[in-house]
Amino acid sequence: MASGRARPRRGVIGVHVLTVEGLHHAYAPGQVVTSNISFEVKAGEFVSIVGPSGCGKTTLLKALSGLLDPTGGTIKFQGVAVHGVPDGLAMVFQEYGRSLLPWKTVNGNIDLPLRYQDLDAEERRRRIDDSLQAVGLSGFGDRYPWQLSGGMQQRVAIARALAYQPKLLLMDEPFASVDAQTRADLEDLVAQVQDRFGITIVLVTHDIDESVYLSDRVIVLSKPPSTVLAQVDIALPRPRDQIITKAMPRFVEKRSAIAELIRRPTGAGLRHP
Amino acid sequence: MNRKPTSWAHPIAYALGMVKSFATRFGLGIALVILWQFAATRVGSIFFPPPTEILHRAAELWLSGPPRRLFLGDGVFQDVLPSIARLLSGWVLAVLVGLPLGVLIGRSRMASDLLDPSLQFLRAVPGPALIPIFIILLGTESTMRVALIAFGSVWPILLNAIEGTRAVDPLQLETARAFRLPRHARLWRIVLPAARPKIFAGMRVSLALAIILMVVSELVASTNGIGYRIQNSQIMFLLTDMWCGIVLLALLGCALNWLFIKVENRALAWHRGARGRGAAS
Repeated sequence: MASGRARPRRGVIGVHVLTVEGLHHAYAPGQVVTSNISFEVKAGEFVSIVGPSGCGKTTLLKALSGLLDPTGGTIKFQGVAVHGVPDGLAMVFQEYGRSLLPWKTVNGNIDLPLRYQDLDAEERRRRIDDSLQAVGLSGFGDRYPWQLSGGMQQRVAIARALAYQPKLLLMDEPFASVDAQTRADLEDLVAQVQDRFGITIVLVTHDIDESVYLSDRVIVLSKPPSTVLAQVDIALPRPRDQIITKAMPRFVEKRSAIAELIRRPTGAGLRHP
Repeated sequence: MNRKPTSWAHPIAYALGMVKSFATRFGLGIALVILWQFAATRVGSIFFPPPTEILHRAAELWLSGPPRRLFLGDGVFQDVLPSIARLLSGWVLAVLVGLPLGVLIGRSRMASDLLDPSLQFLRAVPGPALIPIFIILLGTESTMRVALIAFGSVWPILLNAIEGTRAVDPLQLETARAFRLPRHARLWRIVLPAARPKIFAGMRVSLALAIILMVVSELVASTNGIGYRIQNSQIMFLLTDMWCGIVLLALLGCALNWLFIKVENRALAWHRGARGRGAAS
């Protein structure tokens, strides 16, 4: 699997999982966070969203998830306009410590969203075990989140999302609160999991290296009121490796290109190859 | 209650540790009782009988019954059990009213705006001041006393339920929404468990209040109960009987608190764990 471009995984090729058109959001009149953001995400694609701090990355992600009703524009998930959280979408938040429920065990946390799906106990059990195994936490099901390290807690949050078997996984700076080594491990875990399950992933991050390392495509946002500054195709071979991939000239080149886009004071509507 | 001696290795060291921990925790109380005993025997005031005399009288009052009544004396059936029944009924009523109302106000802006000012006003009224009105409305039977206990002890539950449900981490609720948990599930699986530590704290405070209100309610127009017995004994100059009642109240308070902590520890084991072991209630 060393093909370059956004390679189709198990999803239907070319089908847009997510379509964003002219997205506009203001928290108050005159306080425009995002203005006129448009992009598409294909099935099986790994897309990262980067931009200067305060550019409304999290706002954008919340709008994509249906948690936030944007003031303008349309978002379509699997061809249907998003109003409220659609079915088939899961989220991983940055603050794993707050997103996991401390009164539930690891199993209980993963199970909770499944309880309200049409699944029997056996299927739920199987999904919990499978997802825990996928994130390397088999045997930790009876622990409480607060008994685990930060990195392990974020793995639980990822397992919870996996067990839910989403079509689209949204991740909001999921590795921003863990140490560097754990971060690298979690990045590889997500890459591996995506390869295995063929989920479409949209990742919001402020870390350019991370976005290049993980993605098929990186969407660069401008300062607020933010627009899409550029969409950068990464086209690095997979599977990627923390040392080998990051030493490739192409990696360095993409990283520099994106860093420059973000650093540049203004410049709208620019399309980068 | 959660500090355990760590050295299991050596039985003698363990035993010594137990003795030391017991001495630290109860030494002062025991010393005071001995001092009281000594001083009371010495001075011989009828207002302050020695603890041995109080104990002796207490046994006569409450533990002199026939075996088929588990040796419980008439006093238990006349005064102690009715008091406990009122206390618990009043407190349970306070929980049943305060908890749902608090959750409603905590989660609904509308309910909060609608109810909060009136409740703040009512809360400012000291319960005992309403006894005359309660008597007019509910008579002088147990109903009035239960109502008074409930009215006076509902506030800590209500306020803590409001505060606890308001303070639920927005991210936990957002997570629940992101995973499409239905509304009722968000209430039962997120809001209520998250607010549970606060709610329990409120219930515990209100239990202590309920004991005070039980006594107060029995001081007015009553014919039985621990409060009535204490007041009656004082009027009739049965000072040892009066002291018995006071000691019994203290024991009752401790016992209820102890029981409550047992339940709370089970229900909130995760909470203490999450906050770091040893950081108890």
